[in-house]
Amino acid sequence: MHALRWWQKGMVGVSVAVLAFLYLPIVILVVFSFNDSSVTSFPLAGFTLRWYQAFLSNAAMLKALANSLTVALFATAVSVIVGVTAALALDHFDFPGKRLFQNVILLPLSLPGIVTGIAMLNFYKQIGIPQSLGAVVIGHATALLGVVVSQVMARLAKLDRRVLEASADLGAAPLETFFKVVLPAIRTSILGSALLCFTLSFDEIPVTYFLTGREVTLPIYIYSTLRRGITPEINAIGSVIVAVSFVLIVLSVTLLRDRK
Amino acid sequence: MSVQRRQRFGAFAALFSVPFLWALVFMIVPYLVMISVSFWTRQFPLFVPDFQFGNFVQIFSDPQYTTVILRTLKIAALVTLGALALGYPLAYFLVFTVRSEGLRNLLYMSVIVPLWVSYLLRAYTWKIILGTDGAVNSLLRMVGLIDEPLTVFLYNQTSMVITLVYIFVPFMVMPLFAVLSNIPKALIEASEDLGVGPFMTFWKVVFPLSLGGVVAGATMTFCLSFGDFVAPVLVGGPDGTMVANLLQSQFGAALNWPLGSALATLVLVLVLAVLQVSSRMDRAGRVGLG
Amino acid sequence: MISRPIVALSGVAKSYSSFIALDTTDLSLGEGEFVTLLGPSGCGKTTTLRLIGGFELADRGRIEIAGEDVTAKPPYRRPVNTVFQEYALFPHMTVAENIGYGLSVKANNVPAAERRRRVTEALAMVGLEEMGMRRTAELSGGQRQRVAMARAIVRRPRVLLLDEPLSALDVKLREGMQMELKRLHRELGITFLMVTHDQQEALALSDRIVVMNRGRIVQIGSPAELYDAPTTPYVADFIGTSNLVPVRSVGSDGQFDHLLMADGTRLRRRRRPGDRVFPNGQSVLAGIRPERLLTSDGGEVNRLAGRIVEALFQGDRVRIEIALAGGYERRSIFANVTRTASTASGAIEPGTEISLQVDPFDIMLFAAEDGQ
Repeated sequence: MHALRWWQKGMVGVSVAVLAFLYLPIVILVVFSFNDSSVTSFPLAGFTLRWYQAFLSNAAMLKALANSLTVALFATAVSVIVGVTAALALDHFDFPGKRLFQNVILLPLSLPGIVTGIAMLNFYKQIGIPQSLGAVVIGHATALLGVVVSQVMARLAKLDRRVLEASADLGAAPLETFFKVVLPAIRTSILGSALLCFTLSFDEIPVTYFLTGREVTLPIYIYSTLRRGITPEINAIGSVIVAVSFVLIVLSVTLLRDRK
Repeated sequence: MSVQRRQRFGAFAALFSVPFLWALVFMIVPYLVMISVSFWTRQFPLFVPDFQFGNFVQIFSDPQYTTVILRTLKIAALVTLGALALGYPLAYFLVFTVRSEGLRNLLYMSVIVPLWVSYLLRAYTWKIILGTDGAVNSLLRMVGLIDEPLTVFLYNQTSMVITLVYIFVPFMVMPLFAVLSNIPKALIEASEDLGVGPFMTFWKVVFPLSLGGVVAGATMTFCLSFGDFVAPVLVGGPDGTMVANLLQSQFGAALNWPLGSALATLVLVLVLAVLQVSSRMDRAGRVGLG
Repeated sequence: MISRPIVALSGVAKSYSSFIALDTTDLSLGEGEFVTLLGPSGCGKTTTLRLIGGFELADRGRIEIAGEDVTAKPPYRRPVNTVFQEYALFPHMTVAENIGYGLSVKANNVPAAERRRRVTEALAMVGLEEMGMRRTAELSGGQRQRVAMARAIVRRPRVLLLDEPLSALDVKLREGMQMELKRLHRELGITFLMVTHDQQEALALSDRIVVMNRGRIVQIGSPAELYDAPTTPYVADFIGTSNLVPVRSVGSDGQFDHLLMADGTRLRRRRRPGDRVFPNGQSVLAGIRPERLLTSDGGEVNRLAGRIVEALFQGDRVRIEIALAGGYERRSIFANVTRTASTASGAIEPGTEISLQVDPFDIMLFAAEDGQ
């Protein structure tokens, strides 16, 4: 084991500090969700589960939760169907305007959600679609398309062309090759990006904010509650969301990572 | 056209029509509608189709808007620098200092996972940390450092920069980790073998080869923080209004969709310009590692 | 020449935008032959193989396999199978699943019991009896090669296509696999068409070699024909190596061509039936293989004089670079001389004068305009 030089030690210090910076706020959120006080301040006032009981008996919040789950489920399904076909088309074929098409589909990855939200709001207004959860589903699916396309395309790019040729050489027609060779190779990337889409849709604010009608999703509910003030109930539901998201994301990242 | 080519075209059409129609109807058309609405006029309470540049003139001449745009640019730039300052050492540490593959993967995962974990709640935690009765103030009071809560923490630009840096650090680490991992360790050994010390080796070898990652991370961070509207609402104060909040009010209380669309078009153009510049830079700065 | 070809290409051509990968080409393969397509990269050999496999479609011409026109047919409707470069094994399947894949596809639905029997048989044929349940990632290079072979032969194709099958193996393993290929070819009795850039491999394995360059077939023949009687300087230098010395033709009689070197040395070349006659005074190229230049003292005929530039020790022999005398100063030739003879004839040191002899049978003659 070789000794670290002083500047490397400094680097370790910075890194540990950054990791702490990333996790301390989450820890604080969780700690205060169990704190028996209606203000989020130290010293801690003892352990309680009442904030969790509070949100479990908050009908409006539970309704918003159910809306969020429904929206996330449908948005994910659409994103995966449209995204996987887009990735396959982009990977298999050359056609004029291919780069432009790819850039358009990937644009929402680096475009603030608010622009997508406003663009769709304008569009809906023109063709007369009312603001609703259905409108939100379409908005989410569109904004998250890039996640699926980029992940599945990255996996397809690693697929050895010769393996596809080998399948055809051995007598498999294109569809059979797709199901027996291509799909197994990209399955984990589809699953991983679906999990990612689900979590992102579940947490989405800017697009939802502009497209939703009277029915709200959980993040919008929390967001409007927060503007009125902090309640520890938010800490409780927040801790649950963070915990579930964490599990889903870890699963997703594991699935999306390249195995060598 | 042979049978096989015709079949191939059929397969292409079948595969491509779904995403193409989707992108056309739900992306390209809405963006075009938004852009055209930005040229409309408002005759309260209606918006009238028109082709005039009044909304853009207003955005660029009214100090109420220019101040906010300049402030947003400043904050996005500060957030980008902050995320780079924290993200680079972390990525470097993960790639070059951590020896064990397993530990490296675990740490990398723990850095990028928060990226996707509830954006709203991660912004919100800073409200409970920095607030008047929040974690920091109450902790300082508890240990007796202060008597009255400090107000410097919340509802100002500093709190916004802190919150946004916190949100976007993983975006910076991800591409940096990828480019740094691709730098062969032998290059560093070769540089040290040639008598160059660690600092100059970093400056002359590692850093230039990692520029692609710096550009990629900075682009994402800048674009996304420029359009953020949750952090300003939660932790920003009266001087913390950003472009997104202006936008929001045009579609809410101010009810001026044409002006709002013009602002959104501006953000869209800015993002496209930044993406264009960064892909140029990336291509120019890309060094082949055979 | 081949009564019933199993593969016949007539007038086949393929280009990619402006690059002509394969110029209009005719080629026939006989039943049970081992044919090799040999040439440098970009010569069109891989394109030819891929056209026969169906992975590329010809721009022009017609391809027949076993009497059937397959020109427009996709790979999965052709009675050929391919051993791919770097093997292209399915990473998510076991060895047995890889081999059984071609039998399980719908077009070729073999009942499970029959499939198992044939997979076992194929495994035995390539010496991997115990390996069926392994994952392909666990295999060595040589084992993967065998799986690729087994997978390709299990469907009993009429023709087996091999795309640089041994290029991913190290030298020792490659020699062993050459033996294996030869044995499989004999046991299966089907036509093998192999692509390689390794002339040694081509010479060792093939019944016929098709030498290609720049999208064209340059010469087709048995290994011995190509080695002994190349028709162009290109083939002379690609199959083995050849020194090409510009000389002047000064007449032929029935038995010999007479050639004049720049320094006035006369060479005699033994004519073969059907050889071209070059007019008196025409510039031609004399091709002499390095291993046919001898240091032994066999009289004064056909002697080339020069000075040793460099000598490389190669174990059983010494490779010498020689600057020829009289007008050839900037052109070196090479000679591979056996060591017993060279040591007997004195020190081989750079700078010393040397005189080498060549048998009249061992001179090849090409028109100068054939170029390289």
